[in-house]
Amino acid sequence: MNLSCCCSTHSPALAVALPLLGAMLVMLIPAERRPQLRGIVFFLAAALGAFAAISAAGWALALGSCDYVFGAGPAFGLPEGALGRGAAGAVPIRIVFHIDAAGALMLLIAAVTSTAAALYALRSEEGTTALPAFQPLYLLLVAGVYGMVATGDAFNFFVFLEITSLAGAALAACRIDRGLAAEAGLKYAAISSLGGLSYLAGVGLLLARHDLLNIAALSQAIQGGGPSATDYAALGLMALPLAMKAGTVPMHQWTPDTYSRAPHPVSAFLLISSQASLFGLFRVAFTLFGAPVVSTTSLGAFLAVLAALSMFVGVTMAIPQHDVKRLISHHAVSQTGYMLLGASVALAVLGDAEKTAAFGRDALAGSLFHMMNYAIYNGLLFLAAGAVVWRTGKRNLDDMGGLGRAMPVTMLCFGIGALAIAGIPPMSGFASKWVLYESVFRYSPLLAIVAMVVSLLTLASFVKVFQAMFLGPARKHLAEVKEVPLAMAFPMLLLALATIAIGLFPDVVMQRLLLPAADALLK
Amino acid sequence: MRKSRIVGHIAAVFYPFCLVFGLYVVLHGHLTPGGGFQGGAVMATGAALMMVAGMFDEGEREIKYHHYKAIEAFGLLLFIGLAFAGILSGHGAFFRNIWANAGGWFGAPGESGSFNSGGLLPLMNLAVGVEVFGGISVILVTMIRAMKAAERGEDREDGDDEAEGAE
Amino acid sequence: MNAILTHLPFVIAVTVAIAGLAVVLWRRNLIHVLMGMSLVESAVNLFLVALGYRHDAVAPIYTGLRDGGEGVRMVLPTVQALTLTAIVIGLATTAMMLSLVIVIHRHYGTTDVRDVRRLRE
Repeated sequence: MNLSCCCSTHSPALAVALPLLGAMLVMLIPAERRPQLRGIVFFLAAALGAFAAISAAGWALALGSCDYVFGAGPAFGLPEGALGRGAAGAVPIRIVFHIDAAGALMLLIAAVTSTAAALYALRSEEGTTALPAFQPLYLLLVAGVYGMVATGDAFNFFVFLEITSLAGAALAACRIDRGLAAEAGLKYAAISSLGGLSYLAGVGLLLARHDLLNIAALSQAIQGGGPSATDYAALGLMALPLAMKAGTVPMHQWTPDTYSRAPHPVSAFLLISSQASLFGLFRVAFTLFGAPVVSTTSLGAFLAVLAALSMFVGVTMAIPQHDVKRLISHHAVSQTGYMLLGASVALAVLGDAEKTAAFGRDALAGSLFHMMNYAIYNGLLFLAAGAVVWRTGKRNLDDMGGLGRAMPVTMLCFGIGALAIAGIPPMSGFASKWVLYESVFRYSPLLAIVAMVVSLLTLASFVKVFQAMFLGPARKHLAEVKEVPLAMAFPMLLLALATIAIGLFPDVVMQRLLLPAADALLK
Repeated sequence: MRKSRIVGHIAAVFYPFCLVFGLYVVLHGHLTPGGGFQGGAVMATGAALMMVAGMFDEGEREIKYHHYKAIEAFGLLLFIGLAFAGILSGHGAFFRNIWANAGGWFGAPGESGSFNSGGLLPLMNLAVGVEVFGGISVILVTMIRAMKAAERGEDREDGDDEAEGAE
Repeated sequence: MNAILTHLPFVIAVTVAIAGLAVVLWRRNLIHVLMGMSLVESAVNLFLVALGYRHDAVAPIYTGLRDGGEGVRMVLPTVQALTLTAIVIGLATTAMMLSLVIVIHRHYGTTDVRDVRRLRE
């Protein structure tokens, strides 16, 4: 069997399997004696996993969708009964990966960010006491995120959700940091484990009602038969914990703690893990339940209010912060609000085909667009801020200043990220925010105005941060500070370049990636 | 913690029995209730018994942290390796049970209920069992070490690792 | 009588879950909070297993049916597999959270949730 064909066929599985394999290999290599080999295996596993994920995504985009059946025989088609009860009452027991255009988009985002953060981690985590635990856990987290966005099975999603929660919590805690990081990790673990149990109970309800676990088959059963009270209960049990894990407002307190205490590359990738939860929420709301079920618009309106609150609370909490990573983490809550806003508008008008065509589809595409941009520019901000913290050893903005001369590349990258998060024209953030404003305005002008005001506040906040970090007179205790090494600068430049490129050609991205993804969710 | 010699020796007597019973549960995982995780947990109970009985104190000779760590990693690697068998052989997908009904050692076709009818499954169970044994023991060792360190008031850190092994 | 017996596992599952959540919300000691979370987990597991139960059905062990297995009904094995997986995951989560509590206790000298709040600047 020729290798290239083999790779493309198996790429969905390899995207999960290669990071897992790498995690185990890394565990076997002694950290003290062979740090280089360990680093190489670590980065190779992340990069190869990303390559497999990109290849799977490309395949899915080319064909419309792609399926992978675990444990299937030489014929890779879906086995009898995989998508529903087969002819003779066959139980659908195979685990299936189903990647549609939306899943492909998420795979691409995760692949790019995970590789950049892994490259960055090679230097930034070098020689830390947390390193032996860091490398396998990071690979585990990557595998979990790929699995979450690729899986076509409701229970399998739970398994990957828990893998990401465990790995994420352990990573957040892995620098003990006088107990502070452990506290952050414990908070994250407790929140996500309770959320996971709630999701599991929801899956149990659906299984009891429909005797199915496959998402495609379940959605047929739910939408075909008309939803029952059980289905609504399951929707609540599944959707709310996912919204919580994505970091939206009523339960957002864990976000700043966890992001700010995690190692810098992990902060950048934990964003993707939260986004995978948000994507899970989209899956549950759009794919699993969809038009006939939530046509009441109540869930959409409810989520839209949550989104507006997240935007506002996040940014108002961010402005007075002095710890730079904590400040960016609060902005992450606010940005999550934008992503949820577009999707909830789409959800609210889902029952109305006319409105969906007019602006619902655009709102969802804008939401996905913002997810993509946010992953890149907020990751960039975490990496750049991390670079400053790594070089100076200071987290407090009051202790920094005048770093622009010493760290020009970092300043450039941070500046690009800051412009993007504030939605300034040539950057990617502007393009996605613009799509969101336009479509949300037609649903509710008030929400669009809130979004714009929040954007202004974000700009104000980042002007202050940028000024405090890089401009002003050089500080005496920072005289020794140098630019970060190439291995850390390169991933930052890569993400900065992506931010500008997306900002310059939003139409290409929109047509090729986002509208197909939105259609795949709306179908 | 004062330790008793009698308890220590009795624990040493029971340790191999725990391992053998755990191994039995692991190997018959495809036929009877049980399997890798349960059997591995039974085996780890033996290790826990040794630790509680104070054998752990004996200069950490018998039960070494990094041995368990290696056992765990080996089990995981074996499991993933077996899962790759389908892809590598070119006859199926990831996790394909290529030996099922293929004849030979573990693939006796049509004889459901006999020990060697499971294809790759017994081997996978064994991998999971080894992994769980190592993993739970690592957790126990880490926690006991942390307790001892707390008594002495020193610092040690661990990022926990343990997530796979569901079968 | 029969109806009560059919519904009893679910009633118990909900009761245990509520008890667990109450412990999580109102207990001050982190160890107690973790115990509460274990209670919630057990409740969900009980709920799952109870879903697959059928009166007068046998355990889903295929080899046990070899002679005269015709017409015998089994309880649903799927939920049992789900439960086993959930138990494994729960074990890993609990172990990790316990080690984090140990770390916190070492650095803060307390496991009282009112004092474990240094992140809130």
